[in-house]
Amino acid sequence: MNHFQYVRPTETAGAIKSLAKDPGAHFLAGGTNLVDLMKMNIVIPERLVDINRLPLKQIEKTPSGLRIGALATNSAVADHPLVKEYFPLLSLALNAGASPQLRNMATVGGNMMQRTRCPYYFDTLMPCNKRAPGSGCGAMEGYNRMHAIFGASDKCIAVNPSDMNVALTALDAVVHISSTKGTRKIEFAEFHRLPGEQPELDNHLQKGELITTIELPASSFTKNIEYLKVRDRTSYAFALVSVAVGLDIQNEVIASAALAMGGVAHKPWRLKTVETFLKGKAASENVFREAAAIAMKGAKAYEHNQFKLKLAPNTIIQALKTASGIVS
Amino acid sequence: MSRKKPCTLSGAGDLPGESRRDFLKQSSLLTAIALAPDAILKAAGEHWDEKIAGVFEKIALELEVNGVTHQFSVEPRVTLLDLLREELHLTGTKKGCDRGQCGACTVHVNGTRINSCLSLAVTNDGKKITTIEGLANGNTLHPMQDAFIKHDGFQCGYCTSGQIMSAVALLKEGRANSETEIREYMSGNICRCGAYPNIVNAITEVKKGGLS
Repeated sequence: MNHFQYVRPTETAGAIKSLAKDPGAHFLAGGTNLVDLMKMNIVIPERLVDINRLPLKQIEKTPSGLRIGALATNSAVADHPLVKEYFPLLSLALNAGASPQLRNMATVGGNMMQRTRCPYYFDTLMPCNKRAPGSGCGAMEGYNRMHAIFGASDKCIAVNPSDMNVALTALDAVVHISSTKGTRKIEFAEFHRLPGEQPELDNHLQKGELITTIELPASSFTKNIEYLKVRDRTSYAFALVSVAVGLDIQNEVIASAALAMGGVAHKPWRLKTVETFLKGKAASENVFREAAAIAMKGAKAYEHNQFKLKLAPNTIIQALKTASGIVS
Repeated sequence: MSRKKPCTLSGAGDLPGESRRDFLKQSSLLTAIALAPDAILKAAGEHWDEKIAGVFEKIALELEVNGVTHQFSVEPRVTLLDLLREELHLTGTKKGCDRGQCGACTVHVNGTRINSCLSLAVTNDGKKITTIEGLANGNTLHPMQDAFIKHDGFQCGYCTSGQIMSAVALLKEGRANSETEIREYMSGNICRCGAYPNIVNAITEVKKGGLS
């Protein structure tokens, strides 16, 4: 690992200033991704601004929902009584990610900033437009079993690895951001971006900005929910495909639905057209099959991830069945 | 926090004779740093010369490890795992993958289990660390250690300290209510010998109070 300067501010404003001073500076939160990338010489910071002492760990009720500090750990959020009661889908998704030890370290803000697990991003001997813009994409013609089937570009077919992001997208979370210029907020679904011509950018956070809080608006998805993650081993593996489902079923009719997928795109993949389709329909396997077909429109596979074209709709159907309580 | 000025490192008079070559090597680097700090920072990143470490500031750090308070002065890039093993010679905590994928380095920080390989030591300033060496009470093993021996919860033993630290935390978290739950919440600890069934049995026995 390279040498770097280390600073440990205790106030948010100081942390932001400290980062702004140095173009080679990075924020350090849980470190579960950044420290790993530093060991691989993929990220070589000149300064680390350790933000772990900033007062951004709170999890508290708001008049209409919940506010989660960006430095709350994944396990603190997953196990919090308010999250379990009002946003159980978030709890499920968080507990499906990583391992207990990593969830005790990783933070909400850090999880949002997590880089892809594409092996070509990690292998510095291989081309990767995300790691070294302009060098090419090793995955496109390479071993692309884990890769995207939606929204990819000819520059990058990597996927976002986070489970938490999938749930937060489905739950219409809002991201609060601070910088030396002030504060702003952005819809969670608009936080991450597709690779397009600039796959080196995972999201719309600007240099010098700090994620401070995630706000969850009141949700009706407390009962009929599911986070179904399909992976190569039962636990502690990244998703091949995952689906977050929230249904509000009133008198056996779906009053509203929220769906998002993981493991299929450069960003958490919200299924808005499916949500519209499901609204007002009675839950049934046939309806869910139709929903899955709608979800798959525009999907494109590569040499080694053809299986995702079958796995993804099947995962959607199964997640909808579990969420709605239909047992086949 | 400012970078240490090169001149504060050491005078030539402080160096033992055999270190003269090192001093000359360092002093030329120091000159280079004075001229172009950013370039040298990048050079360090590319491992041009490990000796350059000496001119970077070390951070004061206080940790309570297994009940004993220690003061350190460490480079910020040192992980908690390396500090425990290399500075305190507590080699019970193992370095497996060194990338947060195997769990061999699991320790407790303020009672919470973490992967010490992904935790920079300086970020733990003022915290309480428990390693496998801190579990036993004198010559009396922790019930989980006893259970691992009784149930043969290991073969080569390399993952064992991490497994035991995770297992102890698991009980405290209240996550050992079924075999399925134990397996799910022990998934951050990989055992390449495949001692999993015996590990689950050991944890189950301690959970039931058999060895406590």
